[in-house]
Amino acid sequence: METSLKILGQTMIVVPIGDIDHHTSIALREKIDKEAVRENIKNILFDFSNVEFMDSSGIGLIIGRYKLMSANNGITAVCHISDSLRRIFDISGLKKIVHLYGNLDEAINQIQLR
Amino acid sequence: MEYDNEMILEMSAKSRNESFARVVAASFAASLDPTVAEVADIKTAVSEAVTNAIIHGYGESPKNGTVTLKCGILQDTIYIEIIDFGKGISDIEEAMTPLYTSAPEDERSGMGFTIMETFMDSVEVLSQPSKGTVVRMSKKIGQRDI
Repeated sequence: METSLKILGQTMIVVPIGDIDHHTSIALREKIDKEAVRENIKNILFDFSNVEFMDSSGIGLIIGRYKLMSANNGITAVCHISDSLRRIFDISGLKKIVHLYGNLDEAINQIQLR
Repeated sequence: MEYDNEMILEMSAKSRNESFARVVAASFAASLDPTVAEVADIKTAVSEAVTNAIIHGYGESPKNGTVTLKCGILQDTIYIEIIDFGKGISDIEEAMTPLYTSAPEDERSGMGFTIMETFMDSVEVLSQPSKGTVVRMSKKIGQRDI
């Protein structure tokens, strides 16, 4: 899976391209965590514009990053989720712990206002 | 059961086959003319079951393991079985409890069976320790207008 990481101050924007499942989430997690430590990241924003599919492995990935970020009073946010991803967010209760935004600009603005 | 159409796929218990398996199941279901949401439901449920077979069924010895995906269509319902010959589940009820996971250190969310049950009409698990596990699911296509 291709993933681009952008750093904006203390916020990391993660843009995965492709499906998030058990197979792809392992490498994605390693990539995020390595960069988060190196760049002293406080907030993570997932841009899911290019993710059509996510199963419970993605739930584990997001909850794991949420725990890391909230330990430093940072937040975990998500934008651009498709309808099928939204169902996963609803069922899992993820929407109660992560901040959901419609688009990237809105998400970045809200995070920077904090 | 006598199906109108059926298929069997046997694959190595490797994580890269998770996407292969769900795409195959979704393609097979296409003849029922499912909605986008129904396709997503099938893909997600199959992905969960195959992932379970690979991680939990063969966790310690994935080398020679295989996972079998069987799909059958009868009228407007798709029947799906995911079969492994791994270590089996000793307590099925516990395994199916929402948020229960035997692998929290790997950031498993424990939501696999909950997702299967939510997205499919029926989910049945048969398992025998050290013999393997069968997950049987079905979904009637065309129930909702989405």
